Amino acid sequence: MEETKKFIMSRRQVLKTSVGTGILMASGLTAPGILRAQEQPIVLGHLVPLTGFLGTLGQYAINGLKLSADQINAAGGINGRKLQIIAEDSINPETAATKAQRMIERDNVDVLVGEISSASALAISEVATRNKKLFIATGPRSDVLRADRCSRYMFCSDIPNAVMVNAVGTALKQQGMVEGKKFFTVTSDYVFGHDLLKAAKAFFAENKAELVGDELVPTDATDFSANILKIRQARPDVVCLNLGGNQVTNFLKQYAEFGLSTPTVGFNLNTADAWAAGMGNFGGVWPTVWFDTIDTPGTKKFVEDYKAAYGGEIPENHAWIEYITGNILAKAFEATGGTDNEKIIDYFETEAEFDILKKRPAYFRKFDHQLVQEAYSFSVKPEGSYSTVHDMLELGAVVPAEGEKLTSIYPDDTGACKL
Amino acid sequence: MELFFLFEQVVNGLVLAGYYLLIALGLSLIFSVGGIVNLAHGGFYAIGAYLAVTLTPRLGFAPAVIISPVLVGCLGILFERFILRRFYREDPILSLLVTFGLAMVAEQAIRMIWGASPLSQTLPSALKGGVELGPLLFSKYRLAMLGVVLAILASIWLLLNRTSFGRVIRAGIQNPDMVGALGIRLQPYMTTVVMIGVSLAAVGGALFAPITTVHPAMGAEILTIAFIVVIIGGLGSFWGVVLAAVLVGVVRSITIQYLPAASEASMYILMFLVLLLRPRGLLGERMAKFEG
Repeated sequence: MEETKKFIMSRRQVLKTSVGTGILMASGLTAPGILRAQEQPIVLGHLVPLTGFLGTLGQYAINGLKLSADQINAAGGINGRKLQIIAEDSINPETAATKAQRMIERDNVDVLVGEISSASALAISEVATRNKKLFIATGPRSDVLRADRCSRYMFCSDIPNAVMVNAVGTALKQQGMVEGKKFFTVTSDYVFGHDLLKAAKAFFAENKAELVGDELVPTDATDFSANILKIRQARPDVVCLNLGGNQVTNFLKQYAEFGLSTPTVGFNLNTADAWAAGMGNFGGVWPTVWFDTIDTPGTKKFVEDYKAAYGGEIPENHAWIEYITGNILAKAFEATGGTDNEKIIDYFETEAEFDILKKRPAYFRKFDHQLVQEAYSFSVKPEGSYSTVHDMLELGAVVPAEGEKLTSIYPDDTGACKL
Repeated sequence: MELFFLFEQVVNGLVLAGYYLLIALGLSLIFSVGGIVNLAHGGFYAIGAYLAVTLTPRLGFAPAVIISPVLVGCLGILFERFILRRFYREDPILSLLVTFGLAMVAEQAIRMIWGASPLSQTLPSALKGGVELGPLLFSKYRLAMLGVVLAILASIWLLLNRTSFGRVIRAGIQNPDMVGALGIRLQPYMTTVVMIGVSLAAVGGALFAPITTVHPAMGAEILTIAFIVVIIGGLGSFWGVVLAAVLVGVVRSITIQYLPAASEASMYILMFLVLLLRPRGLLGERMAKFEG
């Protein structure tokens, strides 16, 4: 509705505008500004889950990308063109694909951005590839998106499962919690979980750990009591969670409820889901792609800006990833002088570096379109040493350590990804 | 050993039944008395959880769990008085639409008041942890919750079967016109039933808050399960809902023991089988007002 209004002007308005523009043109001062303001905006089609077990993370994602666009627009836009976001709830893979197609055909979006669910991201990627439309996958972590199912038109800005496993695995090995230990895994029953389990199994095999139990749970399960009893029956040394979204929160809360003493670790936990688990409900070491206490000026400024924009709320990793993705896209539009997707892809494939508010800059790897960047582990502080959920978590060391090559924690080119 | 594991899951299923009963009982009450399919039931559940989380730091856990349902009950009175009342005799599609819309309003209202990110609620330390009875492990909290559910169940049974209030309600379920002909106005009874129904949802929300994620869409998460229990139990039947909750709890637990990936599917298969054999649900009654 709003868009049609914008373009339909009354005769009087047209006269006024043209007379006004004429005067301004004659004065020769502000004319370029006026011309710029009338250029079409650059439209980003933003699809993230706002309902279901990933819904909480989706809201952070919406806020993050919006903050990036607002700041870019406040600074005058990209070559005078404003960034406009059309955001929708992606719901599930089928709906995500339908909405992506509609965004391309009807809304003429310039680029597709978003998604957290790996299953939905695969569906969007297929639509994007068919339509030769660039899709920046911001949240999905399945390794297959960077291997067998990669595409010239998809770039991934979050870290993949293999890196999550490496980030936590390194910390676990240091604590002597891997070799010779019996693991019980609880895994989310969709592409992300399966993929993470595969990476975890490879890690266990490599480090001589034993897998004594291996449980798949549906994504809509909210009660884990029966699974917890099974864990008790199997008597493992470590419980390892390969769950997604608020499944981790529910599991940890119920695990604490039953009071089992076997330690939990996990290869995926988003900070918002950790905060929701509440104080004193879990321990262990977890991986993350970003954390609000990372000591860089960029991260500090982002946290302040985000809190100012959203009523004091502390951003979590999905807000950050959308924010830097917005900034990376803006840089690409500027560098290529427009929205030509092919040019942008070629530009990314030069492995141009971007500031992503961490110590080291990041770049999209040419062969699998993965944003190569630093990762971290975090742990839970001892009970009683913190007073709110927001200072319950402690950022661990950066992986790979400074001086080591960034690519050392990423899978090598196995030839699985054929772009 | 295998047999013991099976037994352990059956017991866990019985405890779990309390959890399902809490969310399904209120839905079933409103459904049978007013003939209204209350799709907003999950909304009241979520509001109950949020109020309890908000009140806990100020009043403590137990008072919050009591006051939150009282507040939601008051909301329920307004809900019945200004919205539901108009739809008892209308085409059911209208009340479906209205309550569906209301569920979305509730979810969005929660987003506006409390924000979109989940809130954290922790168990009181006295109720945290497990308790071993012989070889079986129970969660202290779930045992306490089961106690609350049994107390609620007993009170509602007494209310419906041993009071004059209950007699009118039961008559109203069967044949509202006849109750009217006897000179009894059903309206105040309906208000009370809706109040009780949504309060029960809020009790569920307040009690589940420490063991599940408190987020705006949490109402939608439980609604399907609540409906499955009501449908399996049979419309209008108090014991039907109880039996269905036990069945769903036990079937789900046993499924997790042998085929964890099918745990959620097991409920749907159970519903399918029950409806195939008994289209009115396990203990569903013939009700004059829904016939012909």
